[in-house]
Amino acid sequence: MPAKSYRDAIREALREEMKRDERVFIMGEEVGVWGGTYAVTRGLYDEFGDKRVKDTPISEAAIVGTAVGAAMGGLRPVAELMTINFSLIAIDQIVNNAAKVHYMFGGQITAPVVVRTAAGWGQLAATHSQSFEAWFASLPGLIVVMPATPYDAKGLLKTAIRSDNPVMFIEHSRLYGVTGEVPDGDYTIPFGRSDVKRTGKDLTIITYSRMLYPSLSAADKLAGDGIQAEVIDLRSLRPLDMEPVYASVQKTHRALIVEEDWVSGGMGAEIAARIGKESFDFLDAPVERIGVADAPLPYAKNLEALAIPNEQQVIDQARQMVDGRVQGRRE
Amino acid sequence: MRDMPACGNVLFQIFIPTTPFRDKDMVTSRNKSATALDVAKTSVTKSQETLSREDGLDFLRQMMLIRRFEERAEQAYTEGKIGGFLHLYIGEESIAVGAMSALEPDDDVITHYRDHGYALARGLEPNKLMAELFGKETGVSKGKGGSMHLADVERHFWGGYAIVGGHIPLAVGLALASMYQNLQRVTLCVFGDGATNIGMFHESLNLAAVWKVPLVILVENNQYGMGTAVARASAVTELYKKACAYDIPAERIDGHDLLAVYQAVQQSADKARRGEGPQFIEALTYRFRGHSMGDPQRYRTKAEVEKAREQDPIQRFEQKLADLHLATQEDFEHLGQEVNATIQEAVDFAESSPQPEPADLYKDILVPEAMEAP
Repeated sequence: MPAKSYRDAIREALREEMKRDERVFIMGEEVGVWGGTYAVTRGLYDEFGDKRVKDTPISEAAIVGTAVGAAMGGLRPVAELMTINFSLIAIDQIVNNAAKVHYMFGGQITAPVVVRTAAGWGQLAATHSQSFEAWFASLPGLIVVMPATPYDAKGLLKTAIRSDNPVMFIEHSRLYGVTGEVPDGDYTIPFGRSDVKRTGKDLTIITYSRMLYPSLSAADKLAGDGIQAEVIDLRSLRPLDMEPVYASVQKTHRALIVEEDWVSGGMGAEIAARIGKESFDFLDAPVERIGVADAPLPYAKNLEALAIPNEQQVIDQARQMVDGRVQGRRE
Repeated sequence: MRDMPACGNVLFQIFIPTTPFRDKDMVTSRNKSATALDVAKTSVTKSQETLSREDGLDFLRQMMLIRRFEERAEQAYTEGKIGGFLHLYIGEESIAVGAMSALEPDDDVITHYRDHGYALARGLEPNKLMAELFGKETGVSKGKGGSMHLADVERHFWGGYAIVGGHIPLAVGLALASMYQNLQRVTLCVFGDGATNIGMFHESLNLAAVWKVPLVILVENNQYGMGTAVARASAVTELYKKACAYDIPAERIDGHDLLAVYQAVQQSADKARRGEGPQFIEALTYRFRGHSMGDPQRYRTKAEVEKAREQDPIQRFEQKLADLHLATQEDFEHLGQEVNATIQEAVDFAESSPQPEPADLYKDILVPEAMEAP
């Protein structure tokens, strides 16, 4: 399979779906002439024209609301919010319209809209370095996906565009350059299927989006110490596929959640609660969470580095959990 | 029409309850558009001169139906049969009936939470509407939406929305979908004076104008956003002028004159359909009842309400029909009996309908995916 970047994989999904279905169009800030601030949509404006690649004003509520309305009216919009920080401007449209119109009107209306946006950071300070996936994942009526690999990004985006449901498709600014194998042709990945990215028997690391990478590299280093970590990439946050997690914890007896989000009320809290209920009898250690420091994100490079979870934290936490192994297991 | 600058002088005084409505002072904010509509009418309009007895009685019947529907809903609310919020439209019926009558059946309509009048005027069945208010599974939204969320997609009635201004971008999207698919549909978006102060109003008007989507905006200026008078909430009290900021042709009309509403909506829809972009109408009106059922109405006097009631749109239209010798008191009484029977049937239907099944709580949250997780 050819190696492609995460950025190119997403663009390929957009392009293929636009060619496949006339109703699919892109709208957002700088998606057209500029080619996308992260260059995801580069070339699409020239190829498809301004009917199907629509630049918008800086107007997030109108971008998402208009996309939802266009979806209700029979189109397949892919709206881009430049970063997830700006989704707050549009949050009423996401929460009260996209996620509600189907239910609230008794199933008459559908809103097959995709909202693409990017989490991420990079000395952007407090308002531009956040990650709100847990907020969206708490909403019945919405699909939330957060792919980590180019392969998953392309397959999940195609599923999102073809879905009759509203989808928050959350990318990551620091993944766009990551490469991986991506088939040229058409394929889709269903929502709600977690993926075991590495197998192991001593510890289960549950993660998603960019945190997959420090989790995998930590697992490599732990293997050198004789600790075999299983790494599960959730890929979808709603629906959340916990079955592979329960199966893994039954085997490893330890669960570590790694998220690039605040821990309080974050995705990890939900995952830990579910493990605590479903896998209680198999746990040999408390479920642990690693996330962003409980502070607004700072500008200074050293402080930012302290705030974002890294490979070493995963290694340290994993060692502590395994070394603290309780000998007499409850089975 | 006289020559006027884009946001120029106003010929029409803002309606305050002590000022009687003036029938014929329709003003457009842009003379250019006024001229265009005079020469390029594509629809057969209904004016005082051309109104038939049949149309006249039908308009009156629809207004009476809305009035009676809401009076019975109010009664059911006080009896505890309707819960939540109930926002009555009484006093504003001429706007919904005039506007809905001026549209084509496949034009898209999207409105605010004070939506009973629009639903009825769009032809939704009174039985299913009353059942929705009663929270029954036979309701238009299967009992999931209630009074504020009435919809019927088959009638291109995209629903009532309860976040003030939140549906305005949806209307831009519906209009975009029509334009994108080369359909000859326009979208009518209705909201109140209060919504003109929220950010989504401004974002949506701007985008609608930039993309020139076929959208007609109909603002019902009923003088109060909940209990706050327009002058206390909006820096610009002539709300149609706000459209000038986005270069959208705008006019202010007497909302209690059904034919004025009809003509304004029809002409605006024609222009939007011809590709002239969004159009804006401010219809002056007055809400005879409180904002919702729990409104102590400390913000206005009884005398003010009584004065406004002198401009009751139903009485005014009856008077017009009588003056034009199109109908008599006997006709009005006959219509009254007819709508009473229709609404009684609706109440009976709602009362006797079943509640939603417990399993319906989890129904219609998502559309089943073609590729579900195992």
